[in-house]
Amino acid sequence: MTGLIILAVYIAIFAGSYFIIMRLLSGRRSDFTSLKTVTFGDESAVVSNRAASVISIVTIFLIWGAFTGSKWVPGFLHAPGPFVGEAQFEYTARADDGTEDSATVTVLVHPISEEATAPEVDPGDGWAKNDSDTVGAWRSGLIRVDRNDEKGRDQGHTVIAVNGEPIAPGGEVNTRFGRVGMSQKGTLNFVPAKGLQMEAIWLPPPEAVVKRLVDIASEGYRGFTLWEHLGMSLYRVLLGFFFGALVGVPLGYAMGLSDWFRGWFDPIVEFMRPVPPLALIPLVIIWAGIGENGKIILLFLAALWIMAIAARSGVSGVRISKVHAAYSLGASKWQIMRHVIVPNSLPDIFTGARVAMGVCWGTVVAAELVAAEVGAGMMIMAASKFQQTDIVLMGIILIGIIGFGIDMLMRWAERVLVPWKGKG
Amino acid sequence: MSGLALNNISMRFDLPNGGSVQALKDVTLNLAPGELMSVLGPSGCGKTTLLNIVAGFLAPTEGEITLNGHRVLGPDAERGMVFQQGALFEWMSVRDNVSFGPRMKGQRESKWAGNVDHLLDVVGLQDFKEKAIYELSGGMQQRVALARCLANDPDVILMDEPLGALDALTREKMQSLVLKLWKETGKTIILITHSVEEALLLGERLLVMAPRPGRIHKEYRLPFADMGVNADLREIKKHPDYASTREEILGMIWDMEEEIMGRTEAAQ
Repeated sequence: MTGLIILAVYIAIFAGSYFIIMRLLSGRRSDFTSLKTVTFGDESAVVSNRAASVISIVTIFLIWGAFTGSKWVPGFLHAPGPFVGEAQFEYTARADDGTEDSATVTVLVHPISEEATAPEVDPGDGWAKNDSDTVGAWRSGLIRVDRNDEKGRDQGHTVIAVNGEPIAPGGEVNTRFGRVGMSQKGTLNFVPAKGLQMEAIWLPPPEAVVKRLVDIASEGYRGFTLWEHLGMSLYRVLLGFFFGALVGVPLGYAMGLSDWFRGWFDPIVEFMRPVPPLALIPLVIIWAGIGENGKIILLFLAALWIMAIAARSGVSGVRISKVHAAYSLGASKWQIMRHVIVPNSLPDIFTGARVAMGVCWGTVVAAELVAAEVGAGMMIMAASKFQQTDIVLMGIILIGIIGFGIDMLMRWAERVLVPWKGKG
Repeated sequence: MSGLALNNISMRFDLPNGGSVQALKDVTLNLAPGELMSVLGPSGCGKTTLLNIVAGFLAPTEGEITLNGHRVLGPDAERGMVFQQGALFEWMSVRDNVSFGPRMKGQRESKWAGNVDHLLDVVGLQDFKEKAIYELSGGMQQRVALARCLANDPDVILMDEPLGALDALTREKMQSLVLKLWKETGKTIILITHSVEEALLLGERLLVMAPRPGRIHKEYRLPFADMGVNADLREIKKHPDYASTREEILGMIWDMEEEIMGRTEAAQ
C-alpha cells in the first residue's frame, strides 16, 4: 500500500518537474539541436538533461527521507508517521448476571527505542475499571481489560463493544488512534495507527545510514575496519582479474592465430562463457573451500573466458589489408604480431577488461555473501542477519560506488591508452 | 632479365560446395622497369586477384611470376602495395606509419629520417607528421599510404583502387601526385581502377580485362600519362584521342557487362 503511494508520488514528481522545467522555465532554446527539424529518432539529438539528472537524484533522497521521517527533510514534507502519544478508547463489557458496564482504556504509544511506563489512571465507577497500558509504535499489544475489573472472566466477563460499536471474537473496530481487534479468545488487541512511514528495520532514514558509515569507518565491523572489508573485496577482484587476463589473453591470441588452438579451446570457452560465475560457487567451495583460494579461483574463472573471447575477437578482427600491408613493407611474422596484431587487438581487450571487471566485482560480492570472514558482501550479509538494515544499505551504496568507480577508471584508461578505438 | 614477368598465370578457387571458379586464365604480361600500367575491367574480372598474386598474398594455381629474374614466392618489400582504405596503422602517428618499412628492417632513425621527411614534404604532410591517422581526412590518409610505400623503396608498386574512395577534386590532385611520383622515382607501377578516366590518365599501358574466366582482353599504349606529368590533367581530357579511346573502352566494358547479365539470366 505504501509502495503504491511512493510510486504515485514518484511519478507525480517526474511528470511535474518535466512540465515545470521543460514547458515553463526553459522556454525556447537556441542551440544546434533546437534548429533541427528532425529530432525524434535522431540519436545525436538526445543528450542527457542535466536538470533531470539532478532532480532525479534529489527526488530519490527526498522520498527516502520523507517516508522514513528523516531529520534532513523538512517536517512538512514527511509522510504521516506512526501515532505516538496517549490513545484512548472505551469498551463495554457484559457479565454473567446480565449487567453491562463501560470503562476507558488509556494506552501510551511510545517510540520503540524508549522505555515507557503505563500512565496512572483513575479506576472510575462501576464494576469495569479503567485500564492503562503501553504499546510501541508500529507494534501491537494485547490489552487484558478484564484483569482489574470486579467481575472477571470467572464471572463471564465479555467485551461486547468498543467505542460503542459491537465487537465479537475475530472482529475489529477502527478508532481514531488505531485498530482494536479481538482475538478468538476474546482478548482485545490494540494496533496503533502506523502511518505511511517505514520503520527503521525496513528502511532506515538517510542520516542513520550516514551515521553507520561514520561509526563503521572509525570502529570497524566484526573485527575488520571498513577499509579492510572494501579493500579485501577489491584485492580479490584485482588478483582474480589479473590471473584471468594473464591466462585468457594469450589463450585468446592462440585461438585467434592457430586453427588447432581454436578447435581445441572453442568448445570449452564457448561452453563456459554463458555459465554464470555464481553457478560455480558451490563447486569452487567443494573443491577449494571457503578461504581466499576459492574466491580467487572463482574470479579467475569469471575473468578468464571473457578475456579469452575479447583477445580472440581482437585478433580475428584485424583487417587483412593491414596484415598484407605490413607483409609487403617487409615485416616478419613476429614484427606483424608485435606492431599490427597486438595494437589492433587492444581496443577489444580493453572492452573485455571492462566487462570482466564488472562481472568480477559482482561475483566477489556474491561469493562473499555465501561465505567469507571479511569483505563487502560478508558485511551486508552478516548485518542482514541482525536486521541491521542501515549497514546493509550502506554496504550496497558503497558497493555501487566502487563498481561505478571501477568502470569510470577503465573508461578513462581506455581513452588514454587506446585513443584509436573505433576509428580504424 | 629485369622487370616483372607474369607467365601463364591461372587461378582457380575451390568453392565449399565442391565446385570451382576460374578467376584467371592464362594471363601473360611483361613490364619493363619504370612502366606505369593501369588495369581496368568489369567487376569480377579478377583484377584484385591478379594484384594479390603479384603481391604474393596468393599463390597462382598455374604459372609463375618473376621479378628481376627471381621467382615470386610470397610478399616482400620489393613489391609495395597501396590499398584502397583502412590499411594504415591507426595506433601510430603519420611519421611512424611512413617509416614503418625502414624500421622493420632494423634501420637506425638517422638513416631513414631524411628520406621520410622528404617524402612527407612531397605528399604535403610535413605539418601533420605527429598527428594520429584518424585525425586525417581520406585524401590525406591515402597520401600517407603512398608515402609509406615509397619510404620502403620497392621495385614495383601495386595500387588497388587507391583513389576509389576519394571525392572528385581530391582524386584529381592525387592523380597528379601519382604521376609526379612515378616520373620522379621511376618505379614500376600497376594501378587497378574502376574509373575509365583514371585508367586513361594513369596508364602508359592500359590493360582491359574480361571476366569469367578473368583474362586479358585488350591492351593499349597511351601517351596521356607522359603528357600529364607536366600538364593540367583537365587539359588532357580535352585531347581528341582521349575522348575517342574513352568511348571505345566504355563500349567494350558495357558489352562485357551486358554479356554477364545475359549469361546470368540464361542460367536462371
